[in-house]
Amino acid sequence: MPDALIMAGRSLRLSARSPEALLTALLLPVMLMVVFVYLFGGAVRIGTSYVDYVVPGVLLLCAVTGASTTAVTVCQDMAGGIIDRFRSLDVPGTAVLAGHVTASLLRNFVSTLLVTAVAFGLGFRPRASAAAFAAALGVLLLFVAAASWFAAAFGLLVRAPEAANSAMFFLMFFTYASSAFVPVRTMPSWLRGFAGHQPATPVTETIRGLLLGHSAPLPLGAALAWCAGIAVVSAAAAAVLFRRRTA
Amino acid sequence: MNERGEPGAGRMNAGRAGPELAIEATGLAKSYRDVRVLSGVDLRVPRGTVFALLGPNGAGKTTTVRILATLVQADAGQARVAGFDVRRDRSRVRRRISLTGQFAALDDVQTGTENLRMMGRLSGLSRAAARRRAAGLIEQFGLTGAAGRRVATYSGGTRRRLDIAASLVGRPSVIFLDEPSTGLDPQSRLAMWRVIEGLAASGVTVFLTTQYLEEADRLADRIAVLDAGRIVAEGTAAELKRTIAARRLDVTGASRAAFEELIRHFGDRAVHVDDGNLTLGVPTEGDAAGIRALLDAADPDRDLVADFAVHGATLDDVFLTLTGHAGHVKESTHA
Repeated sequence: MPDALIMAGRSLRLSARSPEALLTALLLPVMLMVVFVYLFGGAVRIGTSYVDYVVPGVLLLCAVTGASTTAVTVCQDMAGGIIDRFRSLDVPGTAVLAGHVTASLLRNFVSTLLVTAVAFGLGFRPRASAAAFAAALGVLLLFVAAASWFAAAFGLLVRAPEAANSAMFFLMFFTYASSAFVPVRTMPSWLRGFAGHQPATPVTETIRGLLLGHSAPLPLGAALAWCAGIAVVSAAAAAVLFRRRTA
Repeated sequence: MNERGEPGAGRMNAGRAGPELAIEATGLAKSYRDVRVLSGVDLRVPRGTVFALLGPNGAGKTTTVRILATLVQADAGQARVAGFDVRRDRSRVRRRISLTGQFAALDDVQTGTENLRMMGRLSGLSRAAARRRAAGLIEQFGLTGAAGRRVATYSGGTRRRLDIAASLVGRPSVIFLDEPSTGLDPQSRLAMWRVIEGLAASGVTVFLTTQYLEEADRLADRIAVLDAGRIVAEGTAAELKRTIAARRLDVTGASRAAFEELIRHFGDRAVHVDDGNLTLGVPTEGDAAGIRALLDAADPDRDLVADFAVHGATLDDVFLTLTGHAGHVKESTHA
């Protein structure tokens, strides 16, 4: 079995025993869903049912909060002695990091199912085929992978797990300043340019379009390019940072 | 006693002396930014022996171990461990060694058994083999009672034992232990010593670092003294003790005049002078006859020495004798 899978199993076990990681993965998504639909939903008028509009946004928000757990776990590993043990067992640094990212994907997969189930309970009625559902899930998980690699690199950059936690706020900002919760056209003009051209917007639009069966062409290419680009650049940066931290 | 080869003088090319040596290093140097941590460290450790690197905090012990264990690259010099070059054959070296550092390399929220199984899987064992190996180590290290609990609940001594057990999962032939007993209470320290003696008896090579002469003395076949990034002495415990003596006789002068006369008498044999308490210390074997003779020679009229005490030589004494300057270690930091 490749080292990365053993590492993923380890990361999952650590998450399952970390109250923080569990709350972030299971309770927070449900709360966010309820908060957006009931608290903000009443005030937002966008012409369609807000729950249908906001589900992709909440999925994205959960994805970034879940992915940012990766920054904390990576940072904790680097602060303790265990990385030396892994290295002296000749486990490559990339395997350790890939293990954390894989665990993040699985945690987020569970969160996504949970959020979707809650959304159905709140009146979410997608008009998507099974294939479109699967495609939306695929795009979301690719986004999670990108955000997790970014968080892994962030966790290597900072020295304290508390500081690593701030990766969440950084990532959350991108979700808020996108079409995840309100249409970009309702934003002030200075923000519109940014919101329309940053990764969270095409990802949200693609997932929303797939779930709601929009006939307009989806920005799928932009979404995939952003996610793949961020994942590749972050993974490369993480590998370099890992080598530098352990030199 | 300190046999120092010319750096890079051919003997690194295994063949002649190579096969019998588990560790062979020449001219290891390392700096972090402007701070020179190691300046030309040479080491030769025969297979199947216990070697202690003795030195105070900041002497460069951990850096030396990390270079030998392939975790850090030296700026200069060469090292072969378990027959392979630490730089060129890093993976081969790693498969034959283990390192237990000062901070436990364990997952706190996994149980002892889970940690051991994970290490087994990472060393390439099958699931079943990892399970058997973990069970064997738990038994060998007397961890049966603790194995099912999370590591976070362990005492310092138990944690250290599990840490060493975890380092043995891949059956290394060279074991590095960086300050294995630092921070342990006396009872755990004794238990740790028995563990290390057990490792030595099993035929593996043990390379340990320590701040305590007593520990090196008890465990090691050979000891190297590291000071400010240099090996200042190397030999068996008996050889070292011949130069530094195992004990120290401290005599306290009856008056300032008496104290000064004692200083004149002992001259540079005094390895410890405490002006405020009118006390000075000289090395001794510690036997009654020797101490009586020292006292009689210094104080024939029996009016200069008010008080005396005999205690184990501290690392400070070793350093003073070997280097002429204090080692900046805390006196008797034994927990």
